[in-house]
Amino acid sequence: MQAFTQLTGLVAPLDRVNVDTDQIIPKQFLKTIKRTGLSEGLFFDWRKRKDGSPDPDFFLNQSRYHGATILLTRDNFGCGSSREHAPWALLDQGFRCVIAPSFADIFYNNCFQNGILPVVLKADEVLTLINAALETEGYTLTVDLGNQRVTAPDGTTYGFEIDPFRKDCLYRGLDSIGLTLQHETAVSAYEERRKKEAPWLFTDLS
Amino acid sequence: MSGTTLFEKIWESHVVRAETDGTTLLYIDRQLVHEVTSPQAFEGLKLAGRRPRRPAATLAVPDHNVPTTDRKLGIADPISAKQIQTLDGNCRDFGITQFGMDDIRQGVVHVIGPEQGFTLPGTTIVCGDSHTSTHGAFGALAFGIGTSEVEHVLATQCLVQKRPKTMEIRVDGTLSDRCSAKDIILAIIGKIGTAGGTGYVIEYTGSAIRALSMEGRMTLCNMSIEGGARAGMVAPDDKTIAYIKGRPLAPAGELFEQAAKSWRALKTDADARYDATVILRAEDIAPQVSWGTSPGMVLGVDQKVPDPTLISDENAKRATERALEYMGLTPNMPLTDITIDKVFIGSCTNSRIEDLRLAAGLAKGKTVAKSVHAMVVPGSGLVKQQAESEGLDRVFREAGFEWREAGCSMCLAMNADVLQPGERCASTSNRNFEGRQGAGGRTHLVSPAMAVAAAIEGHFVDIRKWS
Repeated sequence: MQAFTQLTGLVAPLDRVNVDTDQIIPKQFLKTIKRTGLSEGLFFDWRKRKDGSPDPDFFLNQSRYHGATILLTRDNFGCGSSREHAPWALLDQGFRCVIAPSFADIFYNNCFQNGILPVVLKADEVLTLINAALETEGYTLTVDLGNQRVTAPDGTTYGFEIDPFRKDCLYRGLDSIGLTLQHETAVSAYEERRKKEAPWLFTDLS
Repeated sequence: MSGTTLFEKIWESHVVRAETDGTTLLYIDRQLVHEVTSPQAFEGLKLAGRRPRRPAATLAVPDHNVPTTDRKLGIADPISAKQIQTLDGNCRDFGITQFGMDDIRQGVVHVIGPEQGFTLPGTTIVCGDSHTSTHGAFGALAFGIGTSEVEHVLATQCLVQKRPKTMEIRVDGTLSDRCSAKDIILAIIGKIGTAGGTGYVIEYTGSAIRALSMEGRMTLCNMSIEGGARAGMVAPDDKTIAYIKGRPLAPAGELFEQAAKSWRALKTDADARYDATVILRAEDIAPQVSWGTSPGMVLGVDQKVPDPTLISDENAKRATERALEYMGLTPNMPLTDITIDKVFIGSCTNSRIEDLRLAAGLAKGKTVAKSVHAMVVPGSGLVKQQAESEGLDRVFREAGFEWREAGCSMCLAMNADVLQPGERCASTSNRNFEGRQGAGGRTHLVSPAMAVAAAIEGHFVDIRKWS
């Protein structure tokens, strides 16, 4: 997994609440057996008008947001289905950071597995940044994971909280399965103890 | 020292190790796997040269892409077919038991887990699917995960977790005639909102919950995720134990007695505390109909479509306007005036035998409205077989419903069962997001009873008064 330390990048605003993973990437793109190439499905239905032509009002269709790496959005982003295709599609489009007042649990978790930093800022701070990004072409932010802060072009900084373990894994780009495998002795000891407590959980189901 | 909740008991018994900051390596007893969220996980194992730690703790089934028409004809869509073949190959390569497309035991992953006795109280269960919360009906800690975590569990039988908060949702009293678990959970989501449960594990308590059958409890826990909670649970009781006894993968004989004794002790202590409590009265719950594009946009069938001009919060107002435009609804119109084109009875929320018995009971001797196309998709091959042995398929067919093979079907429309743009569907599934059942399609979430009545009348009706 790619590490995330600090990022200065173009900001794209998506001013909607409760954006669900069905919108981030609809079902027809879930038939893939790969993790890559999913950007063509990103916000697929919202990119088009009813007649199928590109919707010029949707941010992904606007040249000013081409190359954006930071997505700025509203409450409960990523709700619904657990599909990891949602962060895969965002990553494939170039997004490395999503800033919102709140995230759905599974999506939030999935971001960390893919080198994407989800940042929670206060609702009024996000609103300020969305307005700034809409008003100012080429609006950028600097997201500093080490110091847990977002810095606006005018120098204003916004601090954010993050779980220390997740931060460390993301900052160093660690293989989380490899980390768990280091605890093999503890896992085996747990299984031995558990076999005595609850032997019915260890019968062969095949 | 105060007592502990059901959740805390299960959590504590699965801690492999905990760091001082609370980061916990949690043991996962069982994993369910389906074709959509697993290919990249198996690919990851292959690339890293890793093997599943306990292949026998995993059960796989294809469900999202499978056709609900004659299986002998195969899958028309080559990409869907490839995904299912990939699951076949991975299960073979990694020694994982799979109920393939032609197996009578095949079905929706969250229907077959309980049906086979794979789902047991006190266990931790995961699946790359958000509706894994369903299995909490048995007093298990069951939650959806992403594909990277599917791979993590395959490789290690563990997950790194932070302990969530606990929320009690207590529903006391007696439901109105023909109201069901689906109405309870939709009313709960209407009350707490789609993010109300974020960061929590819900325990459903109260006399109305205890009165639910196991199927009802599965419907209830299934939609915990629509309220934002990764997991929902109901403490096991005699109903739970009776349901499990004799199922193919459940413990048998002396082992079953030993397990049942431990399951009976799995409940929240009288002096335990939850981080939050929400209370509803069953008598206040009307048959529910969702009117918008988020499961929280739901009302009793005797209500009217919301009027955005009366909403003061700017975000809620805009979201309502947008939803009404997508749904093609007019503010203040009675919900019973909404006419429908399609009816879907199925999904991991409402496709079990009890749902089909109830739906057939209401459909018997009636006819689906001419303007409506209605289909029934059983949750598994075994549910289908049971329904047919009871003659339910004939009741549905005679009333004008299509009777299909088992699968996820039009809940998310990954197979050929899709709404056309603008079509309006009364659906017993769990999500009414834009385009969920097909691009431009309009979904109204309801109970099976409400879906049958809507199919017959061509519009929503208050089933409490319907004859």
